[in-house]
Amino acid sequence: MLAYVIRRIFILIPTLLGMSLIVFLMLHFTPGDPAELLMGERATDEALAQIREHLGLNEPIHVQYGMFLKRLAKGDLGETIWTRQKVWTEVKQRFPATIELALVALFISCFFGIVFGIISATKQYSIFDYISMVGALAGVSMPIFWLGLVFMLIFSINLGWLPISGRLGIEYDIETITNFYIVDALLTRNWPALKDALWHIIMPAVTLSTIPMAIVARMTRSAMLEVLRQDYIKTAKAKGLSQFMVIFKHALRNALIPVVTTIGLQFGVLLGGAILTETIFAWPGVGKWMYDAVMQRDYMVIQGGTLFIAAIFIVINLCVDVLYAVINPRISVQ
Amino acid sequence: MPSSTPGSAFNDVIPLQRMKTKKAHKDPHDRHPFVEQLSQMWRNKTAIAGLIIITIFVLTAIIAPLISPHDPLETSLYDQLRPPVWYDDGTWKNILGTDDLGRDILSRIIWGARVSLIVAVVSVSLAFVFGTLLGAVSGYYKGKVDNLIMRIMDIILAFPYILLAIVVVAYLGPSLRNAMIAIGITYIPRFARIVRGSVLEECEKDYVTAARAIGARDFRIIFIAIIPNCLGPLIVQTTLSFASAILDAAALSFLGLGAQPPTPEWGAMIASSRSLILRASWVMTIPGIAILFAVLGFNLLGDGLRDALDPRLRD
Repeated sequence: MLAYVIRRIFILIPTLLGMSLIVFLMLHFTPGDPAELLMGERATDEALAQIREHLGLNEPIHVQYGMFLKRLAKGDLGETIWTRQKVWTEVKQRFPATIELALVALFISCFFGIVFGIISATKQYSIFDYISMVGALAGVSMPIFWLGLVFMLIFSINLGWLPISGRLGIEYDIETITNFYIVDALLTRNWPALKDALWHIIMPAVTLSTIPMAIVARMTRSAMLEVLRQDYIKTAKAKGLSQFMVIFKHALRNALIPVVTTIGLQFGVLLGGAILTETIFAWPGVGKWMYDAVMQRDYMVIQGGTLFIAAIFIVINLCVDVLYAVINPRISVQ
Repeated sequence: MPSSTPGSAFNDVIPLQRMKTKKAHKDPHDRHPFVEQLSQMWRNKTAIAGLIIITIFVLTAIIAPLISPHDPLETSLYDQLRPPVWYDDGTWKNILGTDDLGRDILSRIIWGARVSLIVAVVSVSLAFVFGTLLGAVSGYYKGKVDNLIMRIMDIILAFPYILLAIVVVAYLGPSLRNAMIAIGITYIPRFARIVRGSVLEECEKDYVTAARAIGARDFRIIFIAIIPNCLGPLIVQTTLSFASAILDAAALSFLGLGAQPPTPEWGAMIASSRSLILRASWVMTIPGIAILFAVLGFNLLGDGLRDALDPRLRD
């Protein structure tokens, strides 16, 4: 097992290197002077000369890439063009908001996806099955940026139930411990703020969870149908176990194996979808930050943010693969 | 399929399949597997529903100039934010209402179908051509070439969802053309993987050995003998990619990275209507429904095709 994990980590290295190369080359193949792209159009000649010196833009390209990697290894993602902050500091500030949103969305999509999937499979071809599967197909076809606006229209503007945007009302103040507002509010027993934080996160999280929920529901249904056809399920039924026991104790365990992989892959959808969702709901996470950077052409942020999100995604995929090997002992780790 | 040179020994190996298709209609029990699969799809209601939606979508896109009631770009100061006909003060002149510049929404939706169709066709074709080529080369030559190509594909796949497309457009500059390129690039691995897998599998079979033995060139073996055998999964992937290309292009345009104003693009229409959400919600809701239906059409058909063409998934 350990050998498998180590081998997987080694396979990561070329992927990470390749990714950094792509991000690095993109800047250099963009028409125009990289120094000017990085510093903005209004930069002075001294500033341009300084950044050229700092990033080694006068060196041959392979030397530049080497320097780029060296800085990356030190965790130096450069400075943002607009705010002149360390990119890494800004990422660290915003990442908890994104991961909080993504985790809540992941929870919603797994819970409802698996429940709908199980009911659909056990009542195959029933009206419930039909409706939830058409619903799931509509879910994967949904432009989530539009869905978010529609939710906003219904629940914030027309019904006035939920706050329209942001992460927390200004009248609340949460002592930051982990920077996950929900966790922090729980830890400090700040109930009004907890309620407000939950009220704020519902709409963006549900919006973000739509596509993964649909995919998880479809996957659970087909995996469940596959398992329910097998002989050991017939045995379980024949020995008189209740429907509940057969499904939850015997069938679900095996059916969940492919579902776990699917859930892991959904993290990519969540991280990417966060750019759209956070933009709509003014959620102060990495996604909105990246969007603002694209709008302001802050290439340092785009570069750093992209590398960061992609690296997180790769690490999550690694964890999923390892988890997969753990929960499914039939898979040989060779 | 390109015509084969008459008299070459290679002909005897391949046309067996073609002969089968010609005879196919005579005996219903002895149809070509592909025809059999397609007729299976015909019995699948959801696939037919998808096909109907796609037909409407494509027809709308093609005959847009004929059916569009107004000029999609024509602004009118007197007709700003007219509500759709089902509102109390709606009129039949602008069935779906008008936007903040007084442009007719129905006309913009109709022309938007054309934009979406073009984006989908161009970006998916790009991905299809390069993906198939890379996948075929990878699977056929194996070894180092395979390793290199597949590692590059892995790297592209390592970027989550539309992040890579966003980054590519951020560097190339926002425009519909660059959005198509970006989406095309991000879809290459899907096709490359399918083709590589099929080529690897087919290469072991006797007919490929036979073709090699009689001295057929690699290009010929790959594209005339092997690729037609993995058409099924390729067709499914193409259909599903159409769905996601429409969705991704709309998302890019929504972020201001795709179609630029005043192009009647659905995603861009939603973006420009965000500030109107309090006053005129129809300007925002209607284009979203158009996107949903177009994407749903391709997803329904893709699903039906997968059930029909991929025997492993058949119940």
